[in-house]
Amino acid sequence: MTETAERKALTREQLLDAYRMMRAIREFEERVHAEFATGEIPGFVHLYAGEEASAVGVCSNLDDRDTIASTHRGHGHCIAKGVDVAEMMAEIYGRKTGSCHGKGGSMHIADLSKGMLGANGIVGGGPPLICGTALAAKIKGTGGVGVAFFGDGASNQGTTLEAMNLASVWNLPAVFVAENNGYAETTSSTWSVASENIADRAGGFGMPGVIVDGFDFFAVHEAASEAITRAREGAGPTLLEMKFTRYFGHFEGDQQTYRAGEVEHARAELDCLKRFATRVAETGELTQSDLEAIDAEVAATIDRAVTEAKAAPLPDQADLLTDVYVRY
Amino acid sequence: MARTITYREAVNEALAQEMERDESVIVMGEDNAGGEGSPGEMDAWGGVLGVTKGLYHRFPGRVLDTPISESAFIGAAIMFVDFMGVCFDQIYNQAAKFRYMFGGKAVTPVVIRTMYGAGLRAAAQHSQCLYPLFTHVPGLKVVVPATPYDAKGLLTAAIRDDDPVIFFEHKALYDMAGPVPEEGYALPFGEANVVREGNDVTIVTLGRMVHTSLEAAQQLAGAGVQCEVVDLRTTSPLDEDTVLESVEGTGRLVVVDEANPRCSVAADISALVARKAFGALRAPIEMVTAPHTPVPFSNTLEDLYVPDAQRIANAVKAVAEWAR
Repeated sequence: MTETAERKALTREQLLDAYRMMRAIREFEERVHAEFATGEIPGFVHLYAGEEASAVGVCSNLDDRDTIASTHRGHGHCIAKGVDVAEMMAEIYGRKTGSCHGKGGSMHIADLSKGMLGANGIVGGGPPLICGTALAAKIKGTGGVGVAFFGDGASNQGTTLEAMNLASVWNLPAVFVAENNGYAETTSSTWSVASENIADRAGGFGMPGVIVDGFDFFAVHEAASEAITRAREGAGPTLLEMKFTRYFGHFEGDQQTYRAGEVEHARAELDCLKRFATRVAETGELTQSDLEAIDAEVAATIDRAVTEAKAAPLPDQADLLTDVYVRY
Repeated sequence: MARTITYREAVNEALAQEMERDESVIVMGEDNAGGEGSPGEMDAWGGVLGVTKGLYHRFPGRVLDTPISESAFIGAAIMFVDFMGVCFDQIYNQAAKFRYMFGGKAVTPVVIRTMYGAGLRAAAQHSQCLYPLFTHVPGLKVVVPATPYDAKGLLTAAIRDDDPVIFFEHKALYDMAGPVPEEGYALPFGEANVVREGNDVTIVTLGRMVHTSLEAAQQLAGAGVQCEVVDLRTTSPLDEDTVLESVEGTGRLVVVDEANPRCSVAADISALVARKAFGALRAPIEMVTAPHTPVPFSNTLEDLYVPDAQRIANAVKAVAEWAR
């Protein structure tokens, strides 16, 4: 899949939405990075900055029938699937007003009403969930598609491989998106993945495998469009492999001594937002002022989300025992 | 000679000394060194909380990083106990049963080090106390050390043991310091430690809760209630005698456990005492545990979830003051 391949033209609205989503993810993550450093955000936070084109390129092909499963690095997937950023930020601060009422935190943000099945603290936890939602969509005939985002680390988990096999055997409307950012925590995917590419494994499960430049929104959008259309039409699952890097550490506080230089290079030369801006300027589809208006709007939204989160109430004692069961 | 080192350093030292002693000892796990295949430095992390730091360079070829493929590598050192779900079959159907199923012809000399416990705001999938699941399974030995001294001595014993041992390290104890001998030593399994003597109420506990229980006992001493605090150290094998002897002396029992209460160590100890020391009991047994809920994320909720000294003290007072 290359940029020169024929692509379906995106409307002006679609382009604006895609940029808005990617910018929102970047702004959200940069802000969480800064706020985490002040010590106000509890727990473990894994940031998605650098990978925006994947979440947005895929999710811009999805609608309300569709479901996604995410990872510990889930903020981008949440935003791209339409989860409210103010509720997300409140969740990250452990507030009662958060997406999960402060019970889940960064690693477990979910919004089932948006088809977002949750960030996930278990590596390889998501792909089997998608077999479930894709099977449900198939049986009910909703036309819905299930998309599993997972990392290069999870690509080595039995759960992921079993889910791909099952999806193929049952011919499920599923798409597997391997987000290969180069590292499972500190461990390089060039070492931990025995095949040259994660996508190469698709053949073993009887599905197409496609390598995608994960920094390129347009490449992702096009590859995802093909895979999702294929799934929707009953032709079975596809494995997409996004290649890119994450801009921050495995989690906030990671000193990242296992790598050097690549983030600076990626930010300067490969960045998805910069490339998007260059592309739409060249084609004349959007103007600089279109993008700047979005930048300002997004910055205000994220700033408001942080202010509201900090002011929101914490859960109280009564909340500890609720929602373990529906009825008990 | 003893000097003061942390729980983290004690674990590291036990590993290093046993690797020196026995070259068949190897360590494997996720980011155990860190940086495998990466352009930067090796031993970048030394495990996610730095416990195995330094071993990689000291023991060439014997500290192995793994892909995130727990079912395949389960052999030593798994990160958070919460992740055991993906490889549990290898532990409870394979390792635990080899010796028995094969008529005593197999040994499975493996130690699975894992981190457990709440307090780091790590939420429901990174904070559990799952030692009851492993204690339930015959064939596994389960170790839950509370101090740097016990961590080193019990890990050394675990490495020398020919049965599969699940070794639980509490994340919130890694920075705790205490006296630890420099030379290697092994502490026996199945021997509880009476960490505080007292005549009024027995507190049976383990892991991080030993310290919380001691804090409560200190407060209660001021109010004239003397607690005897028993640290189980291992839940399988279980030192029934020390527990029963203590309760026979005090007649009153509070069990303190960070794990969820159902089918737990707390429930197990309560049942043991109800069966075997019923005649000695002068009050109902109390359990102070986490509630029957997953571990919540938010600070306020996690602080309510984990038993604290005040809850323990209240339970002890209730038991001490109970009268027919």
